[in-house]
Amino acid sequence: MPIQVKGEVLDVRRSGSYHVLSLTAPGITEITRPGHFVTLGIGGEESALLLRRSFAIHQVQSRGVYGGTLDIVVGVQGNGTRWLADRRRHDSIDIVGPLGRPFVLPKEKVNCVLVGGGYGTAPLFMLAEHLRERGCRVDVIVGASTEDKLFATLELKRVATSVTTTTDDGSMGTKGRVTDVLPAVMEKSDAPVVYACGPMPMLAAVAEIAAHYRAYSQCAVEEAMACGIGVCMTCVLPIVGDDGVTRMLRSCTEGPVFRGDRVRWNDIGTIPPDTLGAPVERGH
Amino acid sequence: MTRAVFSTGPIGGNKPVAHINMSTNLGPLEMPSPMLTASGCAAAGRELDGFFDITQIGAVVTKSVMMQARSGRATPRMAETPSGMLNSIGLQGPGIDSFIEHDLAWLNERGARTIVSIAGGSVDEFGKLASKLRMTPGIDAIEVNISCPNVQNRNQVFACDPNLAANVIQAVRRNTDPRMPIMAKLSPDVTDIVEIADAVVRAGATGVSVINTLLGMVINTDTMRPHLAGVTGGLSGPAIRPVAVRCVWQIRQAFPDLPILGMGGVRTGRDALEFILAGANAVSVGTVVFHDPSSPIRIHNELEQELIARGFSSLSDAISYAHRGPDPVEEPEVGEDDLITE
Repeated sequence: MPIQVKGEVLDVRRSGSYHVLSLTAPGITEITRPGHFVTLGIGGEESALLLRRSFAIHQVQSRGVYGGTLDIVVGVQGNGTRWLADRRRHDSIDIVGPLGRPFVLPKEKVNCVLVGGGYGTAPLFMLAEHLRERGCRVDVIVGASTEDKLFATLELKRVATSVTTTTDDGSMGTKGRVTDVLPAVMEKSDAPVVYACGPMPMLAAVAEIAAHYRAYSQCAVEEAMACGIGVCMTCVLPIVGDDGVTRMLRSCTEGPVFRGDRVRWNDIGTIPPDTLGAPVERGH
Repeated sequence: MTRAVFSTGPIGGNKPVAHINMSTNLGPLEMPSPMLTASGCAAAGRELDGFFDITQIGAVVTKSVMMQARSGRATPRMAETPSGMLNSIGLQGPGIDSFIEHDLAWLNERGARTIVSIAGGSVDEFGKLASKLRMTPGIDAIEVNISCPNVQNRNQVFACDPNLAANVIQAVRRNTDPRMPIMAKLSPDVTDIVEIADAVVRAGATGVSVINTLLGMVINTDTMRPHLAGVTGGLSGPAIRPVAVRCVWQIRQAFPDLPILGMGGVRTGRDALEFILAGANAVSVGTVVFHDPSSPIRIHNELEQELIARGFSSLSDAISYAHRGPDPVEEPEVGEDDLITE
């Protein structure tokens, strides 16, 4: 069950073009699993920015005096993320978490491929650690448009078995997309499961490649949310259920991790006509 | 069950805090607290129960339910706006049967007072929803959502036309237990909200819920197209609070005894106090729940302290207090000596 706590900023540091915030979050960190996220209140109590911002949990630590702390990775995109990047030590932040359904971990020691795009790499660190602890081989592919938008690739090398890097402009690693190198990594690893986090088009492509190699994919989606706790219904995606029926499901509570073969990637931004409760004719 | 960590005050807190009687009522529905959730901002209460005890607020107002399951509109469904947001959900929901079987059953088991919000595409659908609910125990009131702006056709915003609004309320009244409180949810997007309130009251509404969202729009300046897939959406949040307070005020002036559930951008106890003073018998917290999921209880506690600070000994004494006559002019005390003239 998620809780709401008043967290304290312990540290804000730069990493490439991102900011990493370390926050105290007593009660949240203890029950966090890879793939969980938190939402943060923005701008203090009188803020004109009403909507909470959601962030995948990058790392959790138990630090004696502070209780648990967690790290999130912020890419400055607008007013809300700018406000977060401008926080300083001892500032307080309203935190709700851990939220969402985390990554499903394999029961056995199997090879795993992890794919991260941009700051979507953030939740893969904790995931890689958990998989390694279980004795899994962990091959990671990280990609971004440019080198400064890759997140903490060096640190990732410490937890992964191998790391392959791509950039759109070739400023680091292989020039191209993560999906350009994914088939080769799949061939070598023969992994039965692929984990991915990043922009929607990347996830769609990864899910397709995983399916081609008959691997099971676990995709953590990034969808605009207002509440993060399942009450506002803004973050829905068309998802095929076990019964074969498509429903508009909430990314926050029924995700953010979905099976790649269950997301109707090409239909995001629409209501597919065969969705449960889809509009008939031209009515509303 | 885990509760909000920073909940302070009489409910859930440890500090010794002064108390007054915070009970109120919407017609026959009596509640120990004037704070309610708002339809569409609390689902069916279950998610929020992890953040505060939903049995301690006045009532949970559930998301508007229709006869059939409904997918709602395509995404993007929301946009952040100054001190508010636009939403364009389009009444996504499971349909009345599934709602009764799962959501309402859970609320009853949990022991929460429950106001069920219903929405129909036609007068007939509202009537059918009401008769479904008539067979169902565990409902404290029905809120009739005749003002959802996220519909294909403006003719379906029944609350924009006094006759259509009255037809819907009549259909609900005819198909429900005569003792069941019916709250008509009104739209601020009308020239004269008092005229609509008058129509629904004559048609059998017990009271009114004011206000629903205002129709709004955002253009995405990157794509240079409407930001919402549904093009227009409902504006909510603190940005609309003055509009909501004005609507409560106008309706209270016209109907001194009508039960009014006020809502629109309530964020603090002081905001709730504004609604109470303007004439609301109870107050819903809507969009601010997205910002602060434990806000209904926090605002209850803040409101109680705001009332105490102003010398009220009960919430009911403050309802409509802003409508009182002019304060008595303090006559200077005239002593005998002053009467002596030279």
